[in-house]
Amino acid sequence: MTTRYLEIRQGVLSKNDRLAAELRERFARAGLLVANLVSSPGAGKTALLERLLAELRAAGWRVAAVVGDLQTDNDARRLARSGAPVRQITTDGMCHLEVDLVTDKLADWDLGALDFLFIENVGNLVCPTWYDLGEDVRMVLLSVTEGEDKPLKYPVMFNSSDVAVITKLDLAAACECDLAAMRENIRSVQPNARIFETSARTGAGLAELMAFLVQQRQAKRNGQ
Amino acid sequence: MHELAIASSLVESAELAARQAGAGRVTQVFLRLGALSGVSKEALLFSYDVAARGTLLEGSQLIIEDVPVAIYCESCRAEVKLPGIQSLRCPRCGRLSPHIRQGRELEIVGIEIEVEDVAREAI
Repeated sequence: MTTRYLEIRQGVLSKNDRLAAELRERFARAGLLVANLVSSPGAGKTALLERLLAELRAAGWRVAAVVGDLQTDNDARRLARSGAPVRQITTDGMCHLEVDLVTDKLADWDLGALDFLFIENVGNLVCPTWYDLGEDVRMVLLSVTEGEDKPLKYPVMFNSSDVAVITKLDLAAACECDLAAMRENIRSVQPNARIFETSARTGAGLAELMAFLVQQRQAKRNGQ
Repeated sequence: MHELAIASSLVESAELAARQAGAGRVTQVFLRLGALSGVSKEALLFSYDVAARGTLLEGSQLIIEDVPVAIYCESCRAEVKLPGIQSLRCPRCGRLSPHIRQGRELEIVGIEIEVEDVAREAI
């Protein structure tokens, strides 16, 4: 028996990463923009998506969504009211989506017939951090009711996100939310984050967010 | 307890590499763990033993190298290590930096394996 050292040098989650890279290529060939929405439970992912799906569709874009939850298909039913194709992933207890679950759900979808795909992750600010789903944009949502310092409590998730969407803006005054402090805390852990302030109830900030998504899609198609 | 999922992936990757190398057993696993990886070292060590059960890694030792976050500061024109992960501000000049040079690692560096000595058996 000989003992020897074997160099490996690979990410612990290399299997998920490899599958995510394959899916990202598939998305790129189809030319659609894919966003992965993450947040704590109750931050308003579904409410924001209901508005985004409806308004993007109204503007002529072809949109679809995949939504992950531990149990129930309530969110898929809510989102389907927009008229967009929606599929539910029920993780049966698993606290995050992994890429193979998404790949399976998309197996028979014609991605070429879509402009935008939204993946609503399981509400959790920890575990979804590590699992690349092949998305172009990771969007972390933070509601004004959660406290300005949430980015400092969950720096890893915020750092891994490209976009931070502050939600429930219509409740900011009632919650005495210090929006400037919230923005500063986001920047502190992710200086490059694009920050949007939105309300799914009043529609505030949605036009800006949609314009950003459209521009990102265009940039992707132009190979930038 | 997400570290159990991470530990299971770690064991799976290491075991695959060990099998490909013809190993009978893995004795040590070397891991680099960044401060910004979001993985708890203690929880990972605990989960590791559970995940390794019944595999080539059973009874092996997980050796973790902690990697602090380092940013490149454009003002100081230097790579600077940070004391924590709540702020990507340069501790020298206070400027925020998006340039993370290290600290996200969740990487298997290598493994120590036991391989049957074929030549000796042949004799």
